[in-house]
Amino acid sequence: MSRLIRMDHTGHSTVAEWTADDPAAVDAAVEAFRAELDRGYLAMITAGPGQAEQVRELPVDADLVILRLPIAGG
Amino acid sequence: MAALGEVLPEAEALSWRPRVDAARLRHQGRLWTLSAAFHVLPFGFAAALLMWVQPLALPVALACLAHAWVIPELYAQRGANVLRPRPRAADAPEQRSAGLLGDLLDHEARDLHARTGLVLEPGRLGTWIVGEAGAMLLPGRRGRVYCYCIKVDPRHPAAGELPSGDRIAHLLLALRSDEHGFATVANLSFAGARWRLRRRLHKELRPALDAAVARLAHASTRTG
Repeated sequence: MSRLIRMDHTGHSTVAEWTADDPAAVDAAVEAFRAELDRGYLAMITAGPGQAEQVRELPVDADLVILRLPIAGG
Repeated sequence: MAALGEVLPEAEALSWRPRVDAARLRHQGRLWTLSAAFHVLPFGFAAALLMWVQPLALPVALACLAHAWVIPELYAQRGANVLRPRPRAADAPEQRSAGLLGDLLDHEARDLHARTGLVLEPGRLGTWIVGEAGAMLLPGRRGRVYCYCIKVDPRHPAAGELPSGDRIAHLLLALRSDEHGFATVANLSFAGARWRLRRRLHKELRPALDAAVARLAHASTRTG
Protein backbone atom coordinates (compact mmCIF):
# COMPACT_ATOMS: atom_id res chain seq x y z
CA MET A 1 0.00 0.00 0.00
CA SER A 2 1.46 3.35 -1.08
CA ARG A 3 0.83 6.48 0.98
CA LEU A 4 0.72 10.20 0.39
CA ILE A 5 1.36 12.01 3.66
CA ARG A 6 1.46 15.66 4.58
CA MET A 7 3.61 17.02 7.41
CA ASP A 8 1.35 19.17 9.56
CA HIS A 9 0.47 20.15 13.12
CA THR A 10 -0.45 16.56 14.01
CA GLY A 11 2.99 15.26 13.06
CA HIS A 12 1.73 14.01 9.75
CA SER A 13 -1.59 13.14 8.13
CA THR A 14 -2.30 10.50 5.53
CA VAL A 15 -3.83 12.28 2.55
CA ALA A 16 -4.26 9.25 0.29
CA GLU A 17 -3.50 5.54 0.10
CA TRP A 18 -3.46 3.45 -3.02
CA THR A 19 -2.21 0.35 -4.72
CA ALA A 20 -1.09 0.44 -8.31
CA ASP A 21 -3.67 -2.16 -9.34
CA ASP A 22 -6.60 -0.14 -8.00
CA PRO A 23 -7.37 2.56 -10.62
CA ALA A 24 -10.03 4.25 -8.51
CA ALA A 25 -7.67 4.63 -5.55
CA VAL A 26 -4.91 5.87 -7.86
CA ASP A 27 -7.26 8.47 -9.39
CA ALA A 28 -8.29 9.67 -5.95
CA ALA A 29 -4.65 9.88 -4.88
CA VAL A 30 -3.70 11.84 -8.00
CA GLU A 31 -6.53 14.26 -7.34
CA ALA A 32 -5.52 14.68 -3.70
CA PHE A 33 -1.89 15.10 -4.75
CA ARG A 34 -2.73 17.93 -7.17
CA ALA A 35 -4.94 19.62 -4.59
CA GLU A 36 -2.05 19.67 -2.10
CA LEU A 37 0.34 21.06 -4.70
CA ASP A 38 -2.20 23.78 -5.44
CA ARG A 39 -2.17 24.63 -1.73
CA GLY A 40 1.56 25.29 -1.96
CA TYR A 41 2.97 21.96 -0.81
CA LEU A 42 5.95 20.34 -2.48
CA ALA A 43 6.05 16.57 -2.95
CA MET A 44 9.16 14.59 -2.12
CA ILE A 45 10.16 10.97 -2.41
CA THR A 46 13.23 9.35 -0.98
CA ALA A 47 15.56 8.14 -3.69
CA GLY A 48 17.92 5.95 -1.71
CA PRO A 49 19.92 6.62 1.47
CA GLY A 50 20.55 10.33 1.89
CA GLN A 51 18.75 11.21 -1.31
CA ALA A 52 15.44 12.88 -1.97
CA GLU A 53 13.75 14.00 -5.11
CA GLN A 54 10.95 16.42 -5.77
CA VAL A 55 8.11 15.09 -7.88
CA ARG A 56 5.52 17.08 -9.76
CA GLU A 57 3.31 14.13 -10.69
CA LEU A 58 2.26 11.39 -8.30
CA PRO A 59 4.69 8.49 -8.68
CA VAL A 60 2.21 5.64 -8.49
CA ASP A 61 4.89 3.04 -7.80
CA ALA A 62 6.43 4.93 -4.84
CA ASP A 63 5.83 3.54 -1.36
CA LEU A 64 5.78 6.91 0.32
CA VAL A 65 5.29 10.44 -0.97
CA ILE A 66 5.83 13.22 1.56
CA LEU A 67 4.35 16.68 1.23
CA ARG A 68 6.40 19.50 2.66
CA LEU A 69 6.08 23.25 2.79
CA PRO A 70 8.57 25.57 1.09
CA ILE A 71 11.56 26.68 3.09
CA ALA A 72 13.10 30.14 3.37
CA GLY A 73 16.17 31.78 4.83
CA GLY A 74 15.56 32.94 8.38
CA MET B 1 22.24 13.71 -2.13
CA ALA B 2 20.24 13.92 -5.32
CA ALA B 3 21.72 14.52 -8.72
CA LEU B 4 23.25 17.95 -9.20
CA GLY B 5 20.79 18.70 -11.98
CA GLU B 6 17.81 19.03 -9.67
CA VAL B 7 17.26 22.57 -8.45
CA LEU B 8 15.29 23.37 -5.33
CA PRO B 9 12.25 25.49 -6.35
CA GLU B 10 12.96 27.85 -3.47
CA ALA B 11 16.44 28.43 -4.90
CA GLU B 12 15.03 29.01 -8.38
CA ALA B 13 12.93 31.80 -6.94
CA LEU B 14 16.10 33.52 -5.70
CA SER B 15 17.63 33.93 -9.14
CA TRP B 16 19.65 37.00 -8.06
CA ARG B 17 21.59 34.96 -5.49
CA PRO B 18 24.74 33.25 -6.78
CA ARG B 19 24.38 29.51 -6.35
CA VAL B 20 26.56 28.26 -3.51
CA ASP B 21 29.27 25.79 -4.40
CA ALA B 22 32.58 24.88 -2.73
CA ALA B 23 34.43 27.86 -4.26
CA ARG B 24 31.73 30.32 -3.25
CA LEU B 25 31.69 28.82 0.22
CA ARG B 26 35.43 29.42 0.58
CA HIS B 27 34.94 32.96 -0.71
CA GLN B 28 32.22 33.62 1.84
CA GLY B 29 34.44 32.22 4.57
CA ARG B 30 37.30 34.53 3.62
CA LEU B 31 34.94 37.52 3.58
CA TRP B 32 33.78 36.64 7.08
CA THR B 33 37.36 36.41 8.30
CA LEU B 34 38.15 39.77 6.71
CA SER B 35 35.06 41.35 8.21
CA ALA B 36 35.92 39.99 11.66
CA ALA B 37 39.46 41.33 11.34
CA PHE B 38 38.11 44.80 10.44
CA HIS B 39 35.95 44.70 13.54
CA VAL B 40 38.59 43.38 15.92
CA LEU B 41 41.96 44.77 14.84
CA PRO B 42 41.15 48.48 15.37
CA PHE B 43 40.40 47.76 19.02
CA GLY B 44 43.67 45.85 19.37
CA PHE B 45 45.62 48.67 17.76
CA ALA B 46 43.83 51.24 19.90
CA ALA B 47 44.73 49.30 23.06
CA ALA B 48 48.39 49.08 22.03
CA LEU B 49 48.49 52.76 21.08
CA LEU B 50 46.93 53.84 24.36
CA MET B 51 49.46 51.84 26.36
CA TRP B 52 52.31 53.28 24.33
CA VAL B 53 51.12 56.88 24.70
CA GLN B 54 49.98 56.70 28.29
CA PRO B 55 50.32 53.58 30.46
CA LEU B 56 47.84 55.07 32.91
CA ALA B 57 45.21 54.48 30.23
CA LEU B 58 45.36 50.78 31.05
CA PRO B 59 41.65 50.52 31.97
CA VAL B 60 40.63 52.01 28.62
CA ALA B 61 43.09 49.74 26.80
CA LEU B 62 41.60 46.75 28.59
CA ALA B 63 38.12 47.88 27.57
CA CYS B 64 39.32 48.00 23.95
CA LEU B 65 40.70 44.48 24.23
CA ALA B 66 37.43 43.32 25.76
CA HIS B 67 35.61 44.72 22.74
CA ALA B 68 38.04 42.94 20.44
CA TRP B 69 37.23 39.69 22.25
CA VAL B 70 33.49 40.16 22.59
CA ILE B 71 32.67 41.01 18.97
CA PRO B 72 33.66 37.59 17.53
CA GLU B 73 31.98 35.92 20.50
CA LEU B 74 28.71 37.70 19.68
CA TYR B 75 28.97 36.57 16.07
CA ALA B 76 29.64 33.01 17.22
CA GLN B 77 26.62 33.21 19.52
CA ARG B 78 24.51 34.25 16.56
CA GLY B 79 25.82 31.22 14.70
CA ALA B 80 25.14 28.87 17.61
CA ASN B 81 21.58 30.18 17.86
CA VAL B 82 20.62 28.61 14.53
CA LEU B 83 20.54 25.20 16.23
CA ARG B 84 18.70 26.37 19.33
CA PRO B 85 15.61 24.25 20.00
CA ARG B 86 12.27 25.96 19.42
CA PRO B 87 9.15 25.67 21.61
CA ARG B 88 7.69 22.18 21.60
CA ALA B 89 4.26 21.16 20.32
CA ALA B 90 2.05 18.73 22.26
CA ASP B 91 3.49 15.28 23.03
CA ALA B 92 1.49 13.33 20.45
CA PRO B 93 2.46 15.43 17.41
CA GLU B 94 6.05 15.56 18.65
CA GLN B 95 6.22 11.76 18.86
CA ARG B 96 4.51 11.33 15.52
CA SER B 97 6.88 13.74 13.81
CA ALA B 98 9.89 12.11 15.44
CA GLY B 99 8.66 8.78 14.06
CA LEU B 100 8.49 10.13 10.51
CA LEU B 101 11.87 11.78 10.82
CA GLY B 102 13.29 8.53 12.21
CA ASP B 103 12.09 6.73 9.09
CA LEU B 104 14.28 9.08 7.04
CA LEU B 105 17.40 8.39 9.12
CA ASP B 106 19.76 5.53 9.76
CA HIS B 107 20.22 4.08 13.24
CA GLU B 108 23.18 6.27 14.16
CA ALA B 109 21.47 9.49 13.09
CA ARG B 110 18.28 8.48 14.94
CA ASP B 111 20.29 7.94 18.10
CA LEU B 112 22.00 11.32 17.77
CA HIS B 113 18.62 12.99 17.20
CA ALA B 114 17.23 11.36 20.32
CA ARG B 115 20.19 12.71 22.34
CA THR B 116 20.55 16.19 20.85
CA GLY B 117 17.46 16.96 18.76
CA LEU B 118 19.76 17.46 15.78
CA VAL B 119 20.37 15.43 12.64
CA LEU B 120 23.73 14.74 11.04
CA GLU B 121 23.71 14.58 7.25
CA PRO B 122 26.72 13.99 5.01
CA GLY B 123 26.79 16.02 1.82
CA ARG B 124 29.02 17.04 -1.04
CA LEU B 125 29.96 20.36 0.53
CA GLY B 126 30.74 18.74 3.87
CA THR B 127 28.89 17.38 6.87
CA TRP B 128 25.68 19.12 7.87
CA ILE B 129 24.03 19.40 11.25
CA VAL B 130 20.35 20.13 10.75
CA GLY B 131 18.17 21.68 13.42
CA GLU B 132 14.64 23.01 13.55
CA ALA B 133 15.36 26.47 12.19
CA GLY B 134 18.87 26.30 10.88
CA ALA B 135 21.80 24.19 9.87
CA MET B 136 25.55 24.11 10.23
CA LEU B 137 28.02 22.99 7.63
CA LEU B 138 31.47 21.64 8.40
CA PRO B 139 33.31 21.51 5.10
CA GLY B 140 36.46 19.89 6.39
CA ARG B 141 38.15 18.34 9.38
CA ARG B 142 39.83 21.53 10.50
CA GLY B 143 38.80 25.09 10.98
CA ARG B 144 35.72 26.71 9.77
CA VAL B 145 32.04 26.14 10.36
CA TYR B 146 29.19 27.81 8.47
CA CYS B 147 25.92 28.52 10.26
CA TYR B 148 22.75 29.06 8.27
CA CYS B 149 19.34 30.37 9.23
CA ILE B 150 16.77 28.40 7.29
CA LYS B 151 13.32 27.18 8.20
CA VAL B 152 9.87 26.35 6.92
CA ASP B 153 8.62 29.49 5.18
CA PRO B 154 6.78 31.39 7.94
CA ARG B 155 4.52 33.03 5.32
CA HIS B 156 2.65 29.73 5.02
CA PRO B 157 -0.19 29.58 7.57
CA ALA B 158 0.67 26.02 8.64
CA ALA B 159 4.36 26.74 9.22
CA GLY B 160 4.07 27.84 12.82
CA GLU B 161 2.18 24.75 13.96
CA LEU B 162 4.69 22.12 12.97
CA PRO B 163 6.24 19.89 15.63
CA SER B 164 10.03 19.77 15.88
CA GLY B 165 10.57 16.52 13.95
CA ASP B 166 8.61 17.89 10.99
CA ARG B 167 10.57 21.13 11.01
CA ILE B 168 13.78 19.15 10.72
CA ALA B 169 12.31 16.77 8.14
CA HIS B 170 11.37 19.73 5.92
CA LEU B 171 14.95 20.96 5.94
CA LEU B 172 16.41 17.49 5.57
CA LEU B 173 14.33 16.64 2.50
CA ALA B 174 15.22 19.96 0.87
CA LEU B 175 18.90 19.44 1.68
CA ARG B 176 18.84 15.93 0.27
CA SER B 177 17.18 17.03 -2.94
CA ASP B 178 19.52 19.96 -3.70
CA GLU B 179 22.35 20.66 -1.27
CA HIS B 180 23.74 23.64 -3.19
CA GLY B 181 20.28 25.13 -3.56
CA PHE B 182 19.69 24.61 0.16
CA ALA B 183 22.83 26.59 0.97
CA THR B 184 21.73 29.26 -1.52
CA VAL B 185 18.30 29.71 0.03
CA ALA B 186 19.68 29.78 3.58
CA ASN B 187 20.99 32.99 5.11
CA LEU B 188 24.55 32.74 6.36
CA SER B 189 24.60 33.98 9.95
CA PHE B 190 28.16 33.05 10.87
CA ALA B 191 31.28 31.59 9.34
CA GLY B 192 34.21 31.17 11.63
CA ALA B 193 36.29 29.07 13.94
CA ARG B 194 34.76 25.82 15.10
CA TRP B 195 36.33 26.07 18.55
CA ARG B 196 34.73 29.46 19.10
CA LEU B 197 31.33 28.24 17.99
CA ARG B 198 31.51 25.08 20.09
CA ARG B 199 31.88 27.13 23.26
CA ARG B 200 28.70 29.06 22.40
CA LEU B 201 26.63 25.95 21.70
CA HIS B 202 24.34 24.60 24.38
CA LYS B 203 26.07 21.74 26.20
CA GLU B 204 23.37 19.28 25.08
CA LEU B 205 23.99 20.16 21.42
CA ARG B 206 27.77 19.79 21.43
CA PRO B 207 27.72 16.00 20.87
CA ALA B 208 26.25 16.69 17.41
CA LEU B 209 29.19 18.93 16.52
CA ASP B 210 31.60 16.34 17.92
CA ALA B 211 29.90 13.61 15.90
CA ALA B 212 30.21 15.70 12.74
CA VAL B 213 33.92 16.22 13.37
CA ALA B 214 34.36 12.50 14.04
CA ARG B 215 32.54 11.67 10.81
CA LEU B 216 34.81 14.01 8.85
CA ALA B 217 37.88 12.50 10.48
CA HIS B 218 36.66 9.01 9.66
CA ALA B 219 35.92 10.00 6.06
CA SER B 220 39.34 11.58 5.57
CA THR B 221 41.06 8.51 7.08
CA ARG B 222 39.25 6.28 4.61
CA THR B 223 40.06 8.47 1.63
CA GLY B 224 43.60 9.27 2.43
